[in-house]
Amino acid sequence: MKTFPIGGVHPSDNKKWSCTKAIETLALPDVVNIPLGQHIGAPATAKVAKGDKVLTGQLIAEATGFMSANIHSPISGTVTAVDLQPNGQGLRQMMITIKREGDEWMPEIDRSKELKRECALDSAAIISKIKDAGIVGMGGATFPTHVKLSIPNGCKAEFLIINGVECEPYLTSDHRTMLERGEELLVGVEILKKALNVEKAIIGVENNKPDAIANLNNIITKGKFAVEVEPLKVQYPQGGEKQLIAAITGREVPPPPGLPIHVGAVVCNASTALAVYEAVQKNKPLIERVVTITGKAVKEPRNLLTRMGTPISALIELAGGLPEGDVKVVNGGPMMGRAMVNIDSPVTKGCSGITVFSGGDAHRVPTSECIKCAKCVEACPMGLEPYLLQRLASKQMWAEMEVERIPDCIECGCCQYTCPAGIALLDYVRLGKQTVMGIIRARAAAAAAAKK
Amino acid sequence: MTVLLSTILTLSVLGILAAVILYFVAQKFKVEEDPRIDEVEKMLPGANCGGCGFAGCRAMAEALVLRDDISALFCPVGGAECMKSTAAYLGKVAPEKEPTVATVRCGGVCGKRPRTNEYNATKSCVIASSFYVGETACAYGCLGYGDCVDACKFDAIKVNPETGIAEVDPDKCTACGACVKACPKGIIELRKKWPKNRAVYVSCVSKDKGAVTMKACKAGCIGCGKCAKVCAFGAITVENGVAYIDSQKCKLCRKCVNECPTGAIVLKGMDPLPKEPKAPAAKPTAEKPAAEKPVAEPKAENKSVNEQK
Amino acid sequence: MANKFIVAPAPHMHNPHSTQSLMRDVIVALMPALLVSIAVYGLSVLYVTAVAVASCVLVEFLVQKYLLGGAPTLGNLSAVVTGLLLAFNLPANIPWWIIVIGAVVAIGVAKMTFGGLGHNPFNPALVGRVFLLIAYPVQMTSFPEIKPLVGGVADAFSGATPLAAIKSGAMSVADADLMNMFGGFAAGSMGELSAAALLLGGLYMIWRRVITWHIPVSVLGSMAAFAFVVALAQGGGAELYALPAFHLLAGGAMLGAIFMATDYVTSPMTPKGMVIYGIGIGVITMVIRLWGAYPEGMSFAILLMNAVTPLINKYVKPRRFGLTTTKK
Repeated sequence: MKTFPIGGVHPSDNKKWSCTKAIETLALPDVVNIPLGQHIGAPATAKVAKGDKVLTGQLIAEATGFMSANIHSPISGTVTAVDLQPNGQGLRQMMITIKREGDEWMPEIDRSKELKRECALDSAAIISKIKDAGIVGMGGATFPTHVKLSIPNGCKAEFLIINGVECEPYLTSDHRTMLERGEELLVGVEILKKALNVEKAIIGVENNKPDAIANLNNIITKGKFAVEVEPLKVQYPQGGEKQLIAAITGREVPPPPGLPIHVGAVVCNASTALAVYEAVQKNKPLIERVVTITGKAVKEPRNLLTRMGTPISALIELAGGLPEGDVKVVNGGPMMGRAMVNIDSPVTKGCSGITVFSGGDAHRVPTSECIKCAKCVEACPMGLEPYLLQRLASKQMWAEMEVERIPDCIECGCCQYTCPAGIALLDYVRLGKQTVMGIIRARAAAAAAAKK
Repeated sequence: MTVLLSTILTLSVLGILAAVILYFVAQKFKVEEDPRIDEVEKMLPGANCGGCGFAGCRAMAEALVLRDDISALFCPVGGAECMKSTAAYLGKVAPEKEPTVATVRCGGVCGKRPRTNEYNATKSCVIASSFYVGETACAYGCLGYGDCVDACKFDAIKVNPETGIAEVDPDKCTACGACVKACPKGIIELRKKWPKNRAVYVSCVSKDKGAVTMKACKAGCIGCGKCAKVCAFGAITVENGVAYIDSQKCKLCRKCVNECPTGAIVLKGMDPLPKEPKAPAAKPTAEKPAAEKPVAEPKAENKSVNEQK
Repeated sequence: MANKFIVAPAPHMHNPHSTQSLMRDVIVALMPALLVSIAVYGLSVLYVTAVAVASCVLVEFLVQKYLLGGAPTLGNLSAVVTGLLLAFNLPANIPWWIIVIGAVVAIGVAKMTFGGLGHNPFNPALVGRVFLLIAYPVQMTSFPEIKPLVGGVADAFSGATPLAAIKSGAMSVADADLMNMFGGFAAGSMGELSAAALLLGGLYMIWRRVITWHIPVSVLGSMAAFAFVVALAQGGGAELYALPAFHLLAGGAMLGAIFMATDYVTSPMTPKGMVIYGIGIGVITMVIRLWGAYPEGMSFAILLMNAVTPLINKYVKPRRFGLTTTKK
């Protein structure tokens, strides 16, 4: 069975809490907060002002330039504010607040359940529809999908890889989507294939989701889809874009500024494929997504189809509330998710799950001296030496860090997960990466200025 | 005997050989240097703090010797005196600069700025601030993990465990600026150093709107602008919702201190002004309940900030 | 809601491994060899082991408390492991005060001087052993007669290790009873007796992911290859296989390759580096054994390669993802 070539760890997947729970639709929120920046790139520009009436699916913020994404209203009602609001990390961010009045949809959106398989549009038209719908990578990276699909000159896409790996422990939203919406998802894959003009599409699914693999294979045979499903050996971080490409094609994306397209691959998340189907075939913008609410101490873990902008506290309440005492509420999975201080912050396009830890699990393990056991080097999927990077970063030796290839780091957390001494390797490595990337950008800007 | 002899011989030959090689290598790689650089280096404080912008005192000494115009160079540790003596030695004109002192502009002590969560990762301000708002709801305040303390080579800045805020010892501070660079929140500023460590400054840099600041911290500047109105020297500006006192224009008249409704303006090394019954700006525009507080109370708060252990 | 929000950047999960659990696994892995030693040399083995472990722990405790300061580190069990390994390198009839001196050198000089666990450049137990070997050569190299408690019959060496016997010319490789050496009935330090027991411990550590295969395999492999080449140069014949086998089973080869060379702190960080380090140890050991003044060279070889470890770490880098030339 295939997997990626270097490093990796095997955290217990903890998917049992929610993987058997069918997707439920969360009741519509009364008030939503929609951040203008919920994707990588420039934040969108608000197109509505206080007092405006909006319909469900109406464009409320427009992409600012190419590397940005449209944002649509997830509910119908009145805009009550366009102002700074604290996000999950307590930092104030521009958000549009809408008070709900009923649920009246934009007329062009097709809300029927019926499967629409044929798509007569050409590549450019598909990409433009995806751009209009504001679709971004829904696995958590929130990279605008239309940017990914626009192949730069001189490159050629050979593979479309659909990321159904969901290697983050606990999370099951992609799993349930592949299981319950497989047919629509596969039509979405075919549309993406058409957009990219590629022959080959492979869905990578880790072997701990045998039911999803069987379901997809079943639909493929019945519906004669030209899509393959590749079962993968369970290992974190298989869902990392570069790891997934390496696992499936054996090709390794060159270090930054190398991109997947340089080895002929384009990777899209499974839920994104479903969103593409809805956008292209049903004119439905990205206004809702499946969010897993889970955790050992959560009374009722669930998979909830949630409108964007819904306060996360609403999901937590439906799952039985927070456990008493010390809690850590993580937006995303336990390996890469962000811990939150403000649970009233909204669900965004990249929010695949909410993981709740309580008691001892909420705290980090105690730290002791590095014993040079080399487990971090063994675990790093990028072939870096986290122990060394951590030391360099703590001494602010940025130039040396660049030599040690810090920009390659994907911040997967394997090093810190595996460290027996409990050292906060990634805290420092991330700091080093941010600083070094800043230095590299400044240098590039200076070089560009010097050329002129 | 032969063993002894051969040993002595071998070792001697080896030693001479090595000496010869070393001599030639030393000759080849010898660097011609202005002898004055050594002398100037001796005159500098030797703290190697980097406050002058150079990698260390040696680099600074080189620059002082090699450049014709040294008016842009200044050693904050040695101060004007040190610069004068080095300039005299080199026969150049000494740069002039007023003494300054690092000032931590945050008054969000534990009692005034409630903790809303517990930070459970590496105790580093730059790491915490790149991740989230901090343990309080104020995104601008001092985090108290002591990046500035690590940066200080003079043991002049400490995080007070009682207040959770960094405090500068003005007598030890050399104004090298290392803490200013280390602070990810930009709270620390080099301000004009008055005699007897007197100081008046706005101890808050929060750009949040007044209501938001108030919710997060009782000691924050809400940008009401009363201080700017009362200032006779035009030293106070209010921008982005936060007041700033220009230490070059300020004359330490202390009127603003009494005027501040939240006690965000801190007075050090001096007694506050006596209570003035009718200040010109005593026409509260009925903005916030805090503005209605009696004048005496903010004064008491000021003192408590100053003397907070 | 009586909740306190705990906040930290990702990751939010941690491996169940800790320094303590790794050390515990090492201790477990050493047990088979200890049992064989008790079976062969009797209860004095327990006495020596207890003295060594107790004095190592005590020295670490005292240095930590009165000289170094900082949080106590006994909980990580590394002093216990050092004590066990030191004991494994001693003869079963050694006087107690020599053991204590060994512990002071091992923990006090080789480990705590550099700042404690994680900072020592040399393997503490080996520094202790080599110090004792040089300071008390007689006590360190006279071994008690083997009392075969279980089955074995060999008392052929009567106090001399197979390696020493070969060195002094009292025995030839062809005479060596390889099965006895494998099972643990040839004279030697307490922990070196049974290659089988040590191998069992090594397999346990690999299974528990405490160590990887790189160091033991490269040490033993390079020793065997070196012996094979030497035997070939000497004319081959039966020695072609006997010599490698003898050297793998004799002396501290197994103990060194599996437990000493794999010491985390003093071994390289990358798989490639580990292999280079292992080959270095194997070759130096064989050179000392065959042509050096001492019968056994494992300790010296490991200490020498410990010194090279920082250099290996600096120049040997792991395989970086994406830097291999992939066909388009």
